[in-house]
Amino acid sequence: MTKPTNNYFDELRATRVWRSVFRSGTGPSTLHRALAIQQNVFLHLFSTKVRKRMTSFSATWYLGTLTFGTFLILVITGILLMLYYHPSVPQAYADTKDLQFVVSSGLFLRNLHRWSAHAMVFLVFAHMFKVFYRGAYRPPREFNWVVGVILLLVTLLLSYTGYLLPWDQLAFWAITVGSNIASAVPVFGNRVHFLMLGGNQVNANALLRFYVLHCVILPLTAILFIAVHFWRIRKDGGLYAHQSEPKTVAVKAAHVTPEGAQ
Amino acid sequence: MSEEKQNESALPGKEKEFDRRAFFVKLGLGSLSIAATGTVVFAYQFLSPNVLYEPSPIINAGKPESYPLDSVTLDVNSAIYLVHANEGFFALSAICTHLGCMTAWKPELGIIACPCHGSKFTREGQKTDGPAPRPLPWLRTWVSDEGDLMVDRSTSIRPMQFVRI
Repeated sequence: MTKPTNNYFDELRATRVWRSVFRSGTGPSTLHRALAIQQNVFLHLFSTKVRKRMTSFSATWYLGTLTFGTFLILVITGILLMLYYHPSVPQAYADTKDLQFVVSSGLFLRNLHRWSAHAMVFLVFAHMFKVFYRGAYRPPREFNWVVGVILLLVTLLLSYTGYLLPWDQLAFWAITVGSNIASAVPVFGNRVHFLMLGGNQVNANALLRFYVLHCVILPLTAILFIAVHFWRIRKDGGLYAHQSEPKTVAVKAAHVTPEGAQ
Repeated sequence: MSEEKQNESALPGKEKEFDRRAFFVKLGLGSLSIAATGTVVFAYQFLSPNVLYEPSPIINAGKPESYPLDSVTLDVNSAIYLVHANEGFFALSAICTHLGCMTAWKPELGIIACPCHGSKFTREGQKTDGPAPRPLPWLRTWVSDEGDLMVDRSTSIRPMQFVRI
């Protein structure tokens, strides 16, 4: 290995402790830089190489990354809000008000959570429109589009379950209306409604169920599918390049169409 | 495995339809599906509460004299209207049959209106406007031994059955 320069970071990366954590070694070579991505448990989901053009704003408008950014903000602010919020009928509304008027920075965190939630729903739709109109959903990326639709549903469910938690009039009647829509399901409608609310009306059980869904089940589901979503970008040939898509795709499509048409 | 199959089928008088491996595969899949069904039933039962801490459906609406003639009174806690009409008393559910919002009595218009999606009902619960699919149900009403008006919110009756006192 070349002698470290007087750059402190290079010296740090040459230490035994650093090398015990990051096995790939350091260096400016393409191999080292590729290994740094490929040998990292989180980064190995992504491609080791990306076309430089694809990192520009115009290629994707960064909509997927921004969506993930709002998700991270929501997880962090959400965990902090959980420290002051009790999902019980006598306390939920009072805790929400306390977060706004009593807890230091509570108003900031609650508003950040709320606005990020709105932004995430907007960005998910914007991301899907961009992917749709660019045609990036087409084979070989069709399964990743399906994963994206699942993530859209999870996002909407997160929005819906979070709406009840302030336990104010808006929340109560919105969930009353929303859960009654669920009872329009044929045959099982009333059972779905009963399981969803844990009773016949929006009450303590419904608040607790929505809290568990909002804080545990749905975020874990989202994280699981986000991981698959990112990993499939690499597996499906990297970010969709509008102009210079590999010719193999076009050939495959031309090969498939006549057979499918018959 | 395919070699095995070929060998066995080559042997005379051994049309293998059910060897030991197939038996255990069937046994395994069978027990797994029984376990999966059990899990679904278990999950459904677990998620359905057996005891609910919800208010009783039977409401004591108080003395009939407290409702003046030709009046409509909404009790927001129990979500029922108590109507004292010329023909007698009756109770009407205040829960909109569309999506479950609580309706309100508009005395100046003489109608019941839902704030959520604009359904309108007459004092007898008949829908006159909006998306509600059914009229507001009449609820079973009777006079208790103590002379109080009682309403059972869980039991609807045919309309125009007045309680006369």
